Amino acid sequence: MKRELINECRLRFPAISRNEAFSRSAVAAFAVQQDPTVEEVAAIKTAVSEAVTNAIVHGYRDSEGDVDLFMKLFSDGTILIQVKDKGRGIPDIKAAMQPMFTTAPEDEERSGYGFTVMESFMDKVRVRSAVGRGTTVTLEKKLRGKASPKGT
Amino acid sequence: MLKIYNDGGRITAAVSGDIDHHAARELRESLDMIIAYSRPEVLILDLENVGFMDSSGIGLIVGRQKRMREQGGELLVKNARAEINEILKLSGLAAVVADARREPNHTAKNTF
Repeated sequence: MKRELINECRLRFPAISRNEAFSRSAVAAFAVQQDPTVEEVAAIKTAVSEAVTNAIVHGYRDSEGDVDLFMKLFSDGTILIQVKDKGRGIPDIKAAMQPMFTTAPEDEERSGYGFTVMESFMDKVRVRSAVGRGTTVTLEKKLRGKASPKGT
Repeated sequence: MLKIYNDGGRITAAVSGDIDHHAARELRESLDMIIAYSRPEVLILDLENVGFMDSSGIGLIVGRQKRMREQGGELLVKNARAEINEILKLSGLAAVVADARREPNHTAKNTF
């Protein structure tokens, strides 16, 4: 079944930690039009928070820059979210996605569970990265919602 | 934000707000002060008023658990909502939650 794009939104904000809360609230506000359950909203917010925090803590560790957040909603109820930075990039994506893997300094409180949390709360997690050029994390989840919408 | 209930050896720290990377730094500094200066036997994190936590919370809890163990103490987590418990389980922290179910809830307000 072909899915059609219903709505989309683009946001750009500086990679500063106060935007972690802003970005997850923005995604929650965008998702509301699909009438998601409380659990679905919590899942999306958590996954976005992880991806945006990674962009801030790792992508732009020694530099400043912007984070781009793309959101798309499809007729089958799928929400697709992309978090994109133009930071350092990830040399070994497979290693970075292992539980407890972290390169963050100890005082940054990263546990190494960011990708584990994203994978657990979303249907699909894809990571594209090039060292020195940046990272794009794509998150996808089908929202069944309170009324199990099939789209119109 | 933190509210502290001190029962001598047992200290309950009631956290409110979101626990993310942005908020974790201040929480870590406050909790580490309590651990270092009050030296409780048990430190209980009450997450009843925490609406959101991501994996930064795991880092915060694991780090404080390590400090508590280093001085022979124990760290527990109670009243976390379902999604937060799920994150705790993902990271192997289920035990700190299970043990806290036996902890009574506080009514006294000895805050500092």
